[in-house]
Formats: sequence, structure tokens, C-alpha cells
Amino acid sequence: GQDSSAGDLMPMPTSPATDLLSPAAPQDTSLFSSPRPSGPNEVDISSPLVYGTPSSRVEGTPRSGVRGTPARQRPDLGSVRKAPQVDLHSDQPSADNAVASEPSAGQNLVIWGTDVNVGTCKEKFQRFLQRFIDPTSTEDENAGLDLNEPLYMQKLEEISVVGDPVLNVNCRHVQSFDAELYRQLICYPQEVIPTFDMAVNELFFERFPDSVLEYQIQVRPYNALKTKNMRNLNPEDIDQLITLGGMVIRTSQLIPEMQEAFFQCQVCAFSARVEVDRGRIAEPAVCRNCNNTHSMTLVHNRSVFSDKQMIKIQESPEDMPAGQTPHTTILYAHNDLVDKVQPGDRVNITGIYRAVPMRVHPRQSNVRSVYKTHIDAIHFRKTDEKRLHGLDQDGEQKLFTEDRVQTLKELAAKPDVYERLASALAPSIYEHEDIKKGILLQLFGGTRKDFSQTGRGNFRAEVNILLCGDPGTSKSQLLQYVYNLVPRGQYTSGKGSSAVGLTAYVMKDPETRQLVLQTGALVLSDNGICCIDEFDKMSDNTRSVLHEVMEQQTLSIAKAGIICQLNARTAVLAAANPVESQWNPKKTTIENIQLPHTLLSRFDLIFLMLDPQDEAYDRRLAHHLVSLYYQSEEQMEEEFLDMAVLKDYIAYARTYISPRLSEEASQALIEAYVDMRKIGSGRGMVSAYPRQLESLIRLAEAHAKVRFSEKVETIDVEEAKRLHREALKQSATDPRTGFVDISILTTGMSATARKRKEEVAQALKKLIQAKGKTPAMKYQQLLEDLRGQSETAITKELFDEALRALADEDYLTVTGKTVRLLA
Amino acid sequence: MLSTQDWIHAPLGVVEEKFAAQKGSSPGWEAEVVEFFKEQLKEKSAQSLVPSLNDVPLHYLKPNSLVKFRCFIQDMFDPEFYMGVYETVDGPTDAKQMLHCGKYRDVAECGVDFNSKNTVTAERQTFYCVPIPGENLWVKDYAGSSQARVVASTSYVPSRQKRSYEEDEDMDTQPQKQAHALQGPTDLQSNADCKRQETEAPPTQAASASHLDLNFPLPGERGPACLVKVYEDWESFKLNDALEVFGILSVSPALSALAEEDASSSFLDPTEGMETAEEQRVHSPPASLVPRLHVLHAKPLQHNNPLLPHATSDDNMASVRAELLAYFTHVLLGDGLAAEFLLLHLLSSYSRRDALPLGKFTLNLSGLPAASYSERLYQILQQLVPCSWYLAMSLQNMNQTRLRPRKDYTANRLVSGSLQLAQNTSLFLDETRLEPGQLDATVCNVTALGNVITWQKVDYDFNYHQMEFPCNINVLIASEGRSLLPSDCRVHLEAQVTPAHLEEYLSSIQAFPQTSSQLNRFRIYLSVARLLDYSISDQMTKQYVEEDFVEMRKDDPQGVSADDLHRMLVVARLLCLSLGQNHLSRDGWLRAKHMEMLRRSRMEQHQTVNGNEP
Repeated sequence: GQDSSAGDLMPMPTSPATDLLSPAAPQDTSLFSSPRPSGPNEVDISSPLVYGTPSSRVEGTPRSGVRGTPARQRPDLGSVRKAPQVDLHSDQPSADNAVASEPSAGQNLVIWGTDVNVGTCKEKFQRFLQRFIDPTSTEDENAGLDLNEPLYMQKLEEISVVGDPVLNVNCRHVQSFDAELYRQLICYPQEVIPTFDMAVNELFFERFPDSVLEYQIQVRPYNALKTKNMRNLNPEDIDQLITLGGMVIRTSQLIPEMQEAFFQCQVCAFSARVEVDRGRIAEPAVCRNCNNTHSMTLVHNRSVFSDKQMIKIQESPEDMPAGQTPHTTILYAHNDLVDKVQPGDRVNITGIYRAVPMRVHPRQSNVRSVYKTHIDAIHFRKTDEKRLHGLDQDGEQKLFTEDRVQTLKELAAKPDVYERLASALAPSIYEHEDIKKGILLQLFGGTRKDFSQTGRGNFRAEVNILLCGDPGTSKSQLLQYVYNLVPRGQYTSGKGSSAVGLTAYVMKDPETRQLVLQTGALVLSDNGICCIDEFDKMSDNTRSVLHEVMEQQTLSIAKAGIICQLNARTAVLAAANPVESQWNPKKTTIENIQLPHTLLSRFDLIFLMLDPQDEAYDRRLAHHLVSLYYQSEEQMEEEFLDMAVLKDYIAYARTYISPRLSEEASQALIEAYVDMRKIGSGRGMVSAYPRQLESLIRLAEAHAKVRFSEKVETIDVEEAKRLHREALKQSATDPRTGFVDISILTTGMSATARKRKEEVAQALKKLIQAKGKTPAMKYQQLLEDLRGQSETAITKELFDEALRALADEDYLTVTGKTVRLLA
Repeated sequence: MLSTQDWIHAPLGVVEEKFAAQKGSSPGWEAEVVEFFKEQLKEKSAQSLVPSLNDVPLHYLKPNSLVKFRCFIQDMFDPEFYMGVYETVDGPTDAKQMLHCGKYRDVAECGVDFNSKNTVTAERQTFYCVPIPGENLWVKDYAGSSQARVVASTSYVPSRQKRSYEEDEDMDTQPQKQAHALQGPTDLQSNADCKRQETEAPPTQAASASHLDLNFPLPGERGPACLVKVYEDWESFKLNDALEVFGILSVSPALSALAEEDASSSFLDPTEGMETAEEQRVHSPPASLVPRLHVLHAKPLQHNNPLLPHATSDDNMASVRAELLAYFTHVLLGDGLAAEFLLLHLLSSYSRRDALPLGKFTLNLSGLPAASYSERLYQILQQLVPCSWYLAMSLQNMNQTRLRPRKDYTANRLVSGSLQLAQNTSLFLDETRLEPGQLDATVCNVTALGNVITWQKVDYDFNYHQMEFPCNINVLIASEGRSLLPSDCRVHLEAQVTPAHLEEYLSSIQAFPQTSSQLNRFRIYLSVARLLDYSISDQMTKQYVEEDFVEMRKDDPQGVSADDLHRMLVVARLLCLSLGQNHLSRDGWLRAKHMEMLRRSRMEQHQTVNGNEP
């Protein structure tokens, strides 16, 4: 039954416009770009675009070079073949929107309603494929390709080897190669993409005549610059190629869509194939073989269907203006794009934006004056998939306008930019300059280094900060501010969050009944900052998961048969209250907040936010607080940098600046580290560990980022040193000696305290030995004896510790209130 | 010149006229239409001529007439594209072509020529609006009564004058059933209904709407929900905004028919399957239940106190304050200090500085007697504030009610929760209802309430992520002991009434005679004081605030923190506002300090009495 191929190319019996209002009308997607004259004066030039019709699948293709490979229909492009070409210089009224691309004779045939000349377009695209080189490409897709050779020719080669007949074309490449071609692609995708298909197939089969493909190559353009945000879609985008980002929220079941109906005559079994045209099937009324009327019946099994899926995507939360709800858009995915995405995926989709009039009931004469819109998807690109592999460069890259970049650079050039930014941070919180500076450096972060080749994996680039101090010193406010400032921030309270809430949990998806992994705060804040309030209130269990996150920056999960490792490259900003509600200056940090030292040592900076309790401070504080109440917004803005500028500044620095250590800087760092080690060694203590050196490097890099400098210089190291020292001075000072002692943070006990413990234990041992052979002693008695003997005060805790130490030596045991000697 | 009647009863006529005048060719006509209605509505009197959807049952309103609606944006739907200008072809002979304007309408004329080059596609935004949640009865009543007379005369003007007169006679002589039979079509039925307006109670709209969830934030609310179509700068509207919109009412039965048809046949046509039946129900409910409103003019409401703009009474604010204070003292069992704080609480509103809400004043009234007292207290407050809501913090409520709104992706709408409230709504949390038991941690209701109190924000649940929406809710917590929720200020009630007389006293509170004029004075006073501007002079800061703070810190370095200063500044501010002053006065500051001191000493005293109090 090949007789239909030619006949079907003829326009369908012309129907009055009202016919469009039939239930099938929404299928007609070409209402806007190529209005067709509905009268008898139709241009009757058959289009060369016929190659893509299913009827041609059975017997070769019109193009000689393409040989026996069947073409596959592209439902994503809508009804392609109904676009006749017109001669610009004829009397057609289409001249108003047509721009002759080339004035030479014979070249002025364009597709009706557009300015696309098939021949020129094809030629241009082939030229693009053959010549385009992008030596600076960093895309994943191009990995392993020789960047100095024509990119797409290599991809064609890949197709010939792999046999997957899809060619993804970056629109940005097309634009840089031929702006006019790009414009046509964006404006008339429905016409241009088939032309591209044609061009690429000709080229491909010319070059690889022997390769066998399942069907002809389809071109899938992506990365159109048209629209990035769903909110900006407007009626002008209809029927144009657009790219937008969003999150998949729903996917429908697979919808089989009929492409070609198969009819069989019930009388003589003669069969006929009818293509679906704009969603309608023209049922043959008469059998052509036996001339019986109404004898043809549809045979479902032999009809041809294509896959289709409805997908809903929602604006990503970052794109939304405050106080509005996210918009959603409907997508249709066809054929192999079906089931490519799952709900929850972040995707960039490229497709053609469509609007179709609302269907109207046949019995009613009036129409709803509203269109339904959707996007026919041509290309999906998951943005979060990349996040699992590495840093996404373009996926989330915020686009900065030239002006904005200029302002930011001007700001960066100012000598006091560091101080400015620090004071712009949380202006409502008074003073604490160093803490703000620390947080600022945390916001910028260090440079990401990859040592996986040498076996050490990634180095942590994020700076972790712990704030501890008296209640009511606006720690939470600071956290809240940071959380509001960064795009990928999470705020949790240690009291309310469980280990599961921080990491990930497995739950049954209500729809699919499958086990799915729901990620928690730490994973969600990947590449951002996780603010954890009430850090001390966390259960030990919960805290233990932080060990891995805060150094290895990954999260291993083994739950309900799901074993995986997730990235959690998050900086942690935590706040903790002292155990005794008020900070006890006589105790060390560890004793005050009762956190395991293994965790504390993972913080680069630990700040104390203490109430200084001094009159001048109080006065300034009062002034500052009062000013919050009466200053107007404008005044505040004048005084401080705008939060938006700060946001952009940080985003820009994080994306574009990756400083490297200069020679002098490395020397300075080495010296700083050696100095730190020296301080302690004089007193027989270790005052710095490699972790501290790494912290210094990170801080120095972050400071260089603040200056928009690609090189870490000595001043960066100086500031890093200063800040690190400042933080240490606050948190690692041994209250007994007044010295900074890093071992407080690394081992949980200062060296002096350890020494003291040993001394007491020895004294106790001596005392017991002096008592002679008494196998058992009263606890209380022993304590009093020791107190009487020692010249320094012996606390009960100290005594207990000494007993424990001796018990560890197997010298004695303590049972209740009696101390027994062993051996 | 158009008469008043015309622009109210046939606003589309005005639109058509402007459109025809410019042939729809230049974009200027659209601005002109908007300008025209804005001009007409400038006058307060003109505004009250427009019937209000809040007060007049839908079926009394004439389709395609101008109506107003005092509402709250509960959800925002996706923008829709419509035929801004389209052409019709007349019959089979496509000779006669006409240009039409599709703006402010839902349904297009028949015979649309889809291939016409003159078609202009335009964009509009749909908001799902409900009456302001928690709006108290007196607001509704007052707004309604000020309208009622006007409404009766203008709400309905028959579309076919002559026929209607005939019907009038019919009505007198014939039984109603027959009248119905005569009329038939739905739009005429409203004629008959209108006749019965005075005698019959309006058909229970809520009952007929019961199968359709109108998605009100608060349980037990009723009223019209509306799909508001906005044509101009919809970006300026935010979720949870309270608005007064003037627009063209569209209740075309065709819309409902379309919706039904769509829903029933959706499975037949797979391409239509993109919208689930649920989504259909939500996004195109029958117009008889959820009318469409095409906005001509919309203004955000700062407050919804209907008394406010009229009554510029000469009353001295201080004297009303004294009166109100006396009333509160009486209500709060003779506790003057608690009454002061309650008064300040009712005036509070806040402004946001970075993440920090400044000036919010959550009050925790602890030490309340018997349970029924808190409810009575709420009933009294209900009489004073325009919007309020009572949440009994019973275990069942906390575990089962939905406080945070949640996005339902199947129906593609924001399912409302009780914390989706308009600004300056008073939320009354009754903690005396709390009973021992296990709180369900997954519901997060307590966390949500805590967030509202501390940060004035609600995290809406969007399934895949949370989204933060700022709110401005005045929270009052009534509890026996210290509340489990954070609060800015806690006052322990010291009843001057002996428990023996409590019952008697409580019942007398209810009976405490309140003339409506006095109540109205209170209502006006509370709204006016809240809207006052406020400033602090530099000198005041230096001389008193700083000095005092330093002094206080000296005396008690542990006990006085920045939070205390914040609180004192807020108290001082509210105190000055309550006296009608718009700047911090020395007197105000001293009084605030004194009040704080009294409150603190009472707390300490209370703490020593009840050893178990933390």
C-alpha cells in the first residue's frame, strides 16, 4: 500500500476555519508561524521536506545519499510537511515578513511564512558542521574529542561508531558561527530543524556510506539563548525555540499517539494507510479497490503509534521573585525523550513553545478566548546530574550583565573592599568585626583542588566556622542572615534535626511505590552553606555524621538496600551555646560546649561571641540598636552595601575567580606554619597540625577571592594568619596558663591540664604507697589526705581523674566508696 | 458622556467603545480604559455604588457588570495567553470580517478566524482569591451595611427592561414555580431570585459548594472565592496580599459547560490528558461557584477596617486609650499591667531589617484561670480587631491540622494552611488547651508556629523544596504556665478577683455593656495607632536610651542583654504610638522602663513562688 505517499502530500480537503474548532484542533500547532491561505489560491509547490513522513519509511527516502535508512517522524516539531515554499518575487502576500536571504535567481524560494530558504539553510548548516571548531570547549559531551578539529564532524564519526542517530547541537556554537542561521533557527525551528536534519544526513551518508543506523540522524539543538526563565515567557515566544530551566514536578504515563492509521476494507481486505494530520484522521469513505462505501475499518494493531509523555516543570526556586508562587509549564516529550526525566530532576529543556486555542465543544458556538500553552521538548539536559560529577560551570552560572560586572570590578578595585564587604554583612548585628570577616571568607570559600589522581581525592575548599558564646549574642541572627544571603543555603536547628534529616532518608514514593532517597539538609546545601543552630543540642548520633561531611565532604549512606555516596561539599556554619548557659571563662572551649574534639578540629575558625560587659561597648551597642528602629531603609542602604550587590559579588567571585598560590605566598604560609609549631615546641606542646596549615591556605585563597585576584599573595596570607590567630586566641587559650594551646581543640585537653593530671596521679600513688599495706581505703578519706598534702587545690574531678588514671594502670580499682589496691 | 449607571452595569460597553474608537490598532486604548475606570472610581461615593461580591450573593449580581471584591490572594496560577484582538468571519461567506476585543472576557464570539493576521495574542495572570481569612463578623457586617441600601437599588437592573416589568406582574399574581417555568435560562432565573431578595434568605452557597473545596486558609470560613484575572503589572502583587479589586464579573454558564465537558472527555483524547480531572476542577471550577473577575482596577489594602477612612473623629487618642485600658483591665480580671501590654500588643506591627523582624511584639499571657476564660478573652478581642483567628493548641489540632500551606502537584494548586494569613491578623494561640500526649514530629506545626513568632515567616511546603514566605501576624499566646513557644514578652496575669467569684465575674464580662459607638471608637483607635509613623530623635537616644542601657548593664550585667533593650525599645515605641505620639518622648521611655520593671519584678516574684518554673 504505497499509493498513499503521494496523495497524502496534497493538502487535506480545505476546510472552513470553523473546522479548526473541532476536538482535533489543538493538534494544529502551526497556527502562528505559518498561516496558510485557506482559499483556492493555495501555493501548490510540493515541499522538499517530505522526507520525514512515515509513509516514506517503508520504501527508502527521497534523498539518494541517504539510502535505505528510514526517517523517523519528529512529532516534537509538529506537522512539518505542510509548509509549502513560495517565490518571494511572485505575487504572494507573504512578502511582508520575508527577507530575501540571497537575491540571486532561483535562491529566493522560501518556506511560506518564513524567510528560510531550504537550500541556503542546508548549505550553511553543512558548512557549520564541517568547519566549526571550539578550542575552548569545556562541556562534558566533548570529552575525548580533539578540540582543534571540527567538533561536529567528530560527533558524526561517533554516531557512525555508536549508532545512536542523534546529533546534539549547541545553539551558542551556531550563533558564533553564523548569526543569521541562528536567528532563523530560533524563529522558525519547525522549518529549520528538518532542514538541518536533511543536511546532516546528506553529509553523514556521504562520509560514512556504509554505516547502518536505525533511522536517520535527528538534530537536537540545545542551549538557545532565548529565554532562561519561565516567568519571562510571553506571547512573542510562541513557536520559537526556547531553552528554560526548571524542576520536573510530574510526569504522565506514556501516551501512545497515533501517527499513521491503518485501515482495512472489510469487504475485500484492501488496506490503506492514512497519516494523522493535525490530530485528525481522514477516514477513507470509499474503498479504492472495491468501491464499497464505509467499508474501511481501523486496525489498531497495524497502525503506527509514537510515544508521548506529558511532563510538568516548575520554575526553580532561585529564579523566583519573593512572595510569588512558582509557575509551571507543560512539556511534551516524544519518542526517546520519554522517561528521560523523573520528578524532582532539575533540567534545562530546549523546545518549541506552542499555544493552541482551547478546544471547544462541537455543540457550542463560542470559543474560550484562552490558549493552552505547552512546549514540545527537543532536548533535555539535567543540571543536577552534573552536580554529582563535578562543579557545574554553566548550569547555574548566573548571568551577569556587563554593567553589573563593571560595578563589581570597580568595587573589587577599592583598597578597603574586604572591610566594606565585612561591614555589609548583617549590618543589624553589632560589631564582631572579625567574626563577620571570617564568615565573609567562608562565603567565598577556598579554591577547589583535585588530587584524585594522586590518590588523595578532593581537598576541602569550604571553610567551616563555629560560633560559640553566651545566649542572646545574636548568633542565630547571624546564621539566619547567612542563610538568606546564599542561594543554596540550609538552616537547621540541632535540637530539631535528626541524623536522618541532615543526611538522607529512604522513603516510599507515594506514586511509584518505589524506594526513593530523600536528601537532607547537608546534601541540599551542596555548594552552599549549611547553617546549624544549637549545635550542642544535637544528639551524638547526629553529630557523628558530620565527621565525614566536614572533612571528606561526602556522605555515605547505607539504608534499605540503597548504598551510595553523595556529595556534600558544604561549608558548615554552626552555633553552639555553652553547657552552663553562661560562658565560663575559667574553662576551655571544649569544657564549655562539651563537643567532641574530633569534631571541633574540623572547624577552621572557632569564634567566641561573648558579652564584653564594658560600658563603652554597651553604649555603642545601644546606639546601634536604636538606630535600627528609626533609620529608614534608604539611610541604611546608603550606609551599607546593598544585600543584592553583596550577593552578586560573592556569586561572581565564586564562579569566576580561582586563585592559586604565588611563590611568596607559599613561602609565607610555610613560615607561618613553622612559627605556629615553634610556639608550642618551646613548652613541649604541639601548637599546630597540618589541618591548621590547610585552614590557612583556604583562608588565604578566600581572601584573594575577595580581592578578585587570581593569585594568592602575601597580604592574603597575612590576613589569614591574623584571623586564624584571632580565632585561636579566643577559642584555644588555656584558661589556666593564658597561652594559646591548639591541643585544646585537637585533643580536647590542654597540655598543661594533661600534665597536671599526671602530677596529681603520681602524688596520689605516692600517698597510697606511703600508707603501707592497706588493701582498701575510704574514698573520702583519700581525697582529704591528698588535699592536705598538696599545695594546690585538688578538685573532686581532678581526684577522680587521677584515680581513673591509676585504675588504667591496673594499680587500683574503685568500687563505690572504697578504693582497693590491686596486686 | 456616560452615565454612572452605564459604566457600572455595562463596563464592557465602555471597553468596546474605546476599542472601536481606535480600531484596536494602537495600543493606547488599553491604557485609556484603565484610566477611565480609575478616574470613575476616584470618588469614594462612586466606589460605594459598585456592588461588592463580599456582601451580595453572587446570583443577585448581574453578569458582566462592574463589581468589587475585598479579597486575599490565596494562590497564583500560571499566566494564560488569550486572544487580545481577534477577527470573526461571518458564516460561510467569509466576506464580512469583524475585529473584536478579547480583553476582559472569557468567551469569544463565534466564528473566530484563527488564521487572521490581525489576531493579537496577549497575556494575563490569574489569581485565586478568597475573602480575607479570619475577617471578623463586625467588619463584614459594617462593610455590608454601608453598602446595603445602595446595593438594593443598583445591584440588579434587568437586562431586558420591558420583559422584566411583565415579570413583575407575573410575580405578583402567579406562584413562583410558574415564574421559573417561564424564564428558563439561567441568567434570567436570577431575576426572579432578585425579587425574592427581601423575603428569602439567600440560598446557602456554602452548601452547594461543599463538593468543591474552595481552599480557604481557615477551617469553617465561607464566602465567595473568585478567579481574578489581572491584566496589568501583576508582578507587583504578592501571595497573601489583601486587595480590593474592581472588575467585570463573568459568570458565563458556558465556562462551566466547557469545564465539565473537558473533564468528562479528557480520557478520550490523550492530548487533553495533560490536565488531570482534579486540576480541571481546581483551575476551571463552575463559574456559578467560583466566578471570574476581570480586573479593571485593583488596590492593595493596608488594613481592612471599614470604619477607618470615614470617621476622623476628634476624639483625643489618649482618652480613647484610657477608656480601652479600663475595659481591658476589667476584662483581664483587674490586672492593669497585663491590660497595658495587651493594648500594646494589639498595636504592634513590624518592619524587616535584613533577616530580622524589628518591632514585632508577641505576647504571652500566662497564669490564666479556668479554660473557658481564654475563649472569652478571644471573643472580646474578636470584637476589636478586623482579622483574627483562634487556634486551640490541643493535641489533636497540633497533630492533625495543616498549618503550613502545601503545594498539591496533582491539582496544581497551593493547598492552604491556617498560617496563610493576611498581614496584621491576630493569631490567638490557646495553650491552656494543651493536654499531655505525644506530639507528632513530622507535622512540624510547633516548629512552624515558632518560626512565625521568631522570624515572622512561614515555610510553605513545595514537596521538593521549602519556600519561605514572610508574614506579619500578631501572635498572642494564652497559657497557664510559661508557653512552650518563644515569645517577645511574657506577662503573668495577677487576678484581682478571688477564685470564688470568678465564675460570676466571668459571666459579667460578657455582659459588660459595650455600646457600638464605643466599640467603634476602640476599633478605629487600634487601626489608626498602628498606622502612625514613628521616629526616635538622636538626642533621645543619647540622653536616655544609651545612658539607661549602660546603667542597667552596670547594675545587672548578667540579666540585661541586647534582647532586653530591643524589647524596651519596642515597648516604648508602642507606648508612644498608643498615645498618638509619633516620636519617642522622654515620658514614653520612662514609662516603658517602668512597665518593664514591673513586669520583670512580677516574673521574678512568680518564679520564686513556683519553684518548678524555669
